[in-house]
Amino acid sequence: MALESHMLSMRADQILHPTPQGLYCLPGDFYIDPMQPVARALITHAHGDHARSGHGAVMATRETIEIMAIRYGADFAGETQVADGPLRIGDVEVCFHPAGHILGSAQIAVTPSTGPKIVVSGDYCRRPNPVCAPFQPVPCDIFVTEATFGLPVFRHPDPLDEMARLLASMAEFPDRPHLIGAYALGKAQRLIALARQAGHEAPIAIHGALQRLCDYHVAQGVELGTLIPATAADVAAQLVIAPPSAFASPWVQRFRDPVIGFASGWMQVRARARQRGVELPLVISDHVDWPQVTATIRELAPQEVWITHGAEDGLIRWCELAQIPARPLHLVGYEDEPE
Amino acid sequence: MRAFAQLLERLAFTPARNAKLLILRHYLDKTPDPDRGWALAALTGDLKLRAVTPTLLRGLVAERVDQQLFALSYDFVGDLAETIALIWDSEGDDDMPLREAVDLLAMTGKAALPAAIAAVLDRLGPSERLAFLKLATGNMRVGLSARMARMALAQMGAPDVPDLEEIWHGIAPPYPEMFGWIQGGPRPDSAAKAPFRPVMLSTAVDLEQLRALDPADYLGEWKWDGIRVQAVSDGGVRRLYSRTGEDISAAFPDVIAAMNFDGAADGELLVRRDGAVATFNELQQRLNRKTVTRTMLASHPAGLRLYDLLIWQGDDLRDRPLAERRAVLETVDFGSDRIDVSTLLDFDGWDDLAALRANPPDAVIEGVMIKRRDSAYLGGRPRGPWFKWKRDPMNVDAVMMYAQRGHGKRSGFYSDFTFGLWDGEGLVPVGKAYFGFTDEELRALDRFVRQNTTERFGPVRALAPKLVLEVAFEGVNASTRHKSGVAMRFPRISRIRWDKPVAEADRLETLKAMIA
Repeated sequence: MALESHMLSMRADQILHPTPQGLYCLPGDFYIDPMQPVARALITHAHGDHARSGHGAVMATRETIEIMAIRYGADFAGETQVADGPLRIGDVEVCFHPAGHILGSAQIAVTPSTGPKIVVSGDYCRRPNPVCAPFQPVPCDIFVTEATFGLPVFRHPDPLDEMARLLASMAEFPDRPHLIGAYALGKAQRLIALARQAGHEAPIAIHGALQRLCDYHVAQGVELGTLIPATAADVAAQLVIAPPSAFASPWVQRFRDPVIGFASGWMQVRARARQRGVELPLVISDHVDWPQVTATIRELAPQEVWITHGAEDGLIRWCELAQIPARPLHLVGYEDEPE
Repeated sequence: MRAFAQLLERLAFTPARNAKLLILRHYLDKTPDPDRGWALAALTGDLKLRAVTPTLLRGLVAERVDQQLFALSYDFVGDLAETIALIWDSEGDDDMPLREAVDLLAMTGKAALPAAIAAVLDRLGPSERLAFLKLATGNMRVGLSARMARMALAQMGAPDVPDLEEIWHGIAPPYPEMFGWIQGGPRPDSAAKAPFRPVMLSTAVDLEQLRALDPADYLGEWKWDGIRVQAVSDGGVRRLYSRTGEDISAAFPDVIAAMNFDGAADGELLVRRDGAVATFNELQQRLNRKTVTRTMLASHPAGLRLYDLLIWQGDDLRDRPLAERRAVLETVDFGSDRIDVSTLLDFDGWDDLAALRANPPDAVIEGVMIKRRDSAYLGGRPRGPWFKWKRDPMNVDAVMMYAQRGHGKRSGFYSDFTFGLWDGEGLVPVGKAYFGFTDEELRALDRFVRQNTTERFGPVRALAPKLVLEVAFEGVNASTRHKSGVAMRFPRISRIRWDKPVAEADRLETLKAMIA
């Protein structure tokens, strides 16, 4: 078993291995989510730490390419190609599958002519998310996973229950604006969609940094209801969504006695919420929590698990107890959850 | 338990006092007896359950969770009860009345307790598990004082805060007669013997601010480094209260026995031996004890140094000027060498007082108190009539040597620092500090630690000697327990000296020369 596994690793390394620039595929001569400009990049999703500008060629889902163009300008790469169906690059076949993380997020399956099939899941989530297609389990020999919340204390509650807590606070403090921090891409739109799902029909104010990304989601058919800009001196909405960085800027001074909230999987740990000075922590995450990541590994039953970033010690220990070979890739440059 | 869990969570994250009061009042309005009374007692620390120990909890979780995964998780979360509440692997989502949880913790025998706690954890969801564990360990930490609880209660009905304070120490959880009173029932009169009355507090002052005041209007006294107490003796009932109204009588039977008077007096609790006042450190050994041993009573005798009278032989003196209250106090013969009266300082101008403050006759004096002669005794911290003018803290410039990750609020940050002074060519550690900086500085220090680690010993990182910290402290004693030979009192980082070269940090001799 140990020898077999060692052989598998050896063969897999010839297909995909970690480099300082990111995961590199030798037979296809491309990188996946590289941290520095490269000749050819395959990109799982449009968060800034995975999708950088300046590559020679980029392959990604249509949505990821369009979002990158919104954020970086139309000329963010030499050329772009929408990943549609299985495609051959050099000596491997690649195929993009939904990851359930944000709009356009994908896992990338790499299948060599001989050797193990590898699925690079990027960031992913198993909970239904109104802003994107659900994660699709793809059988594979090697599953490359994140471990952002790779400790057994992370059991994220139902996001609708968290939304109910937000609405209860708004009812308890009807005169106080509720300013909720959420990352501009994905989390903000999900939060708005959740509020609508929970029955909040009043206009929601959004910080200027969210405008174009919200417009894009609406254009893609995501229902966000009435949104008003949170730029006027007097914002006529009790619920305001802004990127976390906005809370340190003078923008926040227009609100009188606000309740400051933050929507993130980290909010499950009280000390983290206190460090951020959050009054209303909302545990809403676009990443797999512990039950999801362990259930996914059990479901896919890969011969080996590779861990890109996060709390890998915890997940590696779990794999050891479950007798699944696992190794950390020690990729640096991916943030816990991008700002 | 669900409503209580939500209450705890809201209170824990809500910094503003008024918002806290509103949240608490809504809870008390909506929750039936006796649960709301138990919740109130738990929040104010008046719920005396046999505390479940961390050892018991660790034992429980060890049966359920891999030790390595638990250790990684605890290191991240930083709080034992919270780690267990989150990591406990059950799909339970029941509610349970708070009364049932209190009964279970109060009635279950020691041997049956672990299994009973595990069964409750299995039933509840994560937030409720945390609330239950906080209840079981008696460690709420939501920043709610008994005084704030009384303010919330005062918003619910006719009795106001002073009304509630007068009965507070005569009632017991879950307070049915108090809630009855608030809802229009009779006042629980039997509860009102030897009540606590709100203590009058002072504000800090400096010489410049004093210059605007006429020294002839003020009395001066030494500020003793003991504990502010209110000693009440009323119709045979004797109680000793801390300044927040906590009843600490049980820890000080020697003082209670000496309280042969009828009234309520304000003063300083001190340990005294052969007429001399012992250090705060020695007093501290008598605190927080449910009972006190004979040996301790003999080796650490406690006494009172009184400076004010609130009630005397049935008369309420609080509206009278301080000078009159003092005059009454000075005529009393307490008939015990455990009780004396604080002496007044003789000064004509603020410079005289400054000179006295700079050179106090006893090391246990931590400054001077300045009180307006005509001031009435007002509960709370009115601005103006009373001032404290503390001795300046001492300072050394030390070098940061080791860092450790903090728990609780500072979980995940390197925030516990060991610092040292030069001795010969090397550095000797002289103390540890874990507060005294802002969140922004905390992040900068955390970054410094991560970038300058030379070695790791478990959770401790040894650092390259690169950063000077200005450390303020209240005093320094010779110590045989420390390698440096000195022990600092209440050290805290007062400034981070990014600018100062480490070679210019202080030497151990400098600190030794400050020993009182």
